[in-house]
Amino acid sequence: MNRRRSDIALAAALLALALFPLAGSTFYLQLVTKIMAMAIFAMSLDLLVGYTGLVSLGHAAFFGIAGYTLALLSPQYEAANLWTTLPAAMAACAMFALVTGALVLRTSGIYFIMVTLAFAQMAYFVFHDTALGGGSDGIYIYVKPEMKLAGRTLLDLGDLGQFYDLVLILMTAVYLFLRRLLGSPFGRALAGIRANEQRMRSLGFPTFRYKLAAYVIAGALAGISGYLAALQFGFVNPEILSWHNSGIVLMMVILGGMGTLHGAIIGAFALVLLQEVLANQAWFGEAAKHWQLAMGVLIVLVALFLPRGLAGLGARPRKASADGR
Amino acid sequence: MAAEPILRTEALTRRFGGLTAVNDVRIDLRMGEIHAVIGPNGAGKSTLTNLLSGDLPPTSGRILFRDRDIAGRTPHRISRLGVGRSYQKTNIFKPFTVLENCRLAAQSRAPHALRILSRAERFRDLARNAEAALELAGLAQRADEIAANLSHGEQRQLEIAMCLATAPTLLLLDEPLAGMGATESARMVELIRALGRDHAVMLIEHDMDAVFAVAQRLTVMVNGEVLESGMPEAVRASPAVQSAYLGHGE
Repeated sequence: MNRRRSDIALAAALLALALFPLAGSTFYLQLVTKIMAMAIFAMSLDLLVGYTGLVSLGHAAFFGIAGYTLALLSPQYEAANLWTTLPAAMAACAMFALVTGALVLRTSGIYFIMVTLAFAQMAYFVFHDTALGGGSDGIYIYVKPEMKLAGRTLLDLGDLGQFYDLVLILMTAVYLFLRRLLGSPFGRALAGIRANEQRMRSLGFPTFRYKLAAYVIAGALAGISGYLAALQFGFVNPEILSWHNSGIVLMMVILGGMGTLHGAIIGAFALVLLQEVLANQAWFGEAAKHWQLAMGVLIVLVALFLPRGLAGLGARPRKASADGR
Repeated sequence: MAAEPILRTEALTRRFGGLTAVNDVRIDLRMGEIHAVIGPNGAGKSTLTNLLSGDLPPTSGRILFRDRDIAGRTPHRISRLGVGRSYQKTNIFKPFTVLENCRLAAQSRAPHALRILSRAERFRDLARNAEAALELAGLAQRADEIAANLSHGEQRQLEIAMCLATAPTLLLLDEPLAGMGATESARMVELIRALGRDHAVMLIEHDMDAVFAVAQRLTVMVNGEVLESGMPEAVRASPAVQSAYLGHGE
């Protein structure tokens, strides 16, 4: 797609999101906040799946670890400090990514999928079966973290609109960061690894280190989304680390179109909104209870007929010459 | 050729289960010399290349590159020491442009590869190295084409150009002429001859005309072992080689 055209479309979309609180009701404000946090999650996974060729089925581990980090660092009756707890949550995720990545990245293909899943399940059971994070009941975060600068509150995170703004800003920041990263020599090397890892090695690239760096960055960015989700809902429980959550974010990436950052955002919106629509009893009556069936059919249809995902819809068909083959 | 070898193997051996693909091989590669390795299919030529490039670890023996034993090192380490290789089966980044293929190759030598927030295009020196490699390989006018759309011969040229963009001192060329037409072959032979002047080159090739046109030294392998090694004319005249290989009228 023409770079300038896509930039204009993107700026328009961000402007619409920035103006949305003026029109949206509380329900929709909360819904879009949730979606934007998920979009960060999906973009971080796209760095692995779409750009480095690493299909992970354990991405929820980072989401959950960040949420638990916030919960565990929050004093019971006082506000935690966002400036310390958000970096702490990202650092915890980066550490987990560094340690597990050093092991999982020794595998590839189907084994990589299985081992990432296995590590995420281990993290799940650590929180589910031990008293560390309140067991299967989880932990409540009674007071929202503060975001102060020089004694003044920058954003009141208890206020829906202001929290919405924070999530929108972070989503935009993550998007711009990743776009920059992908255009850097590092990003080009990741693309090379995805296209032909063996050739990258024979050209002199230590591909393992590149993949590990990507894995750690993806983990830390996923941490932002887990942190925001925990902040929004005010509690964490082991379900946020479950493989369902890993599967949902992977579906967002596939639905939106792998290897296109804006596709991950589109995928997050599409999946959550579809779920809202299909599960709407007012529209679909009894059938709404079986929304997952309809969702499954839709996902299959997208996979069959839109191999480049929803993001591929807006793009003009590429010249035949540009197809990788 | 009195020059000291830049690469020398000692008793290099690689076994696959019961099969000994490379058996007790000694080979010397020198700067400014094209050393051709020939032999029938299954003689162990490609395995030898894979051992030298690190794609396979040897079972035993030593590989001395500039007097350092590099046997069993990983391919990226060996590449960084200055050993470049091309593959028998074209091994390029098909979805990328021709220039990007070479730019990536040049980037592998750059210390700023891990700078994650600067645009790749900002590093002009990389683009210059890539363009120089394309120029040398005769692909300069195809720089913006997607690699997948190149003809087979051009892809073989790109394979070499990528190798050159890493500025190697030793080139391991695995059947660079495979599947090429006559015109393309002639160009490639010229390129290899030119590269031989300021590189050490190990050339694996089935095309005997090309081999005798460019090689200053010739090694014949059969069943994983070196049958004969020396000046091309002497090797060609050897009765053992005549009966084992060349005698079959290729």
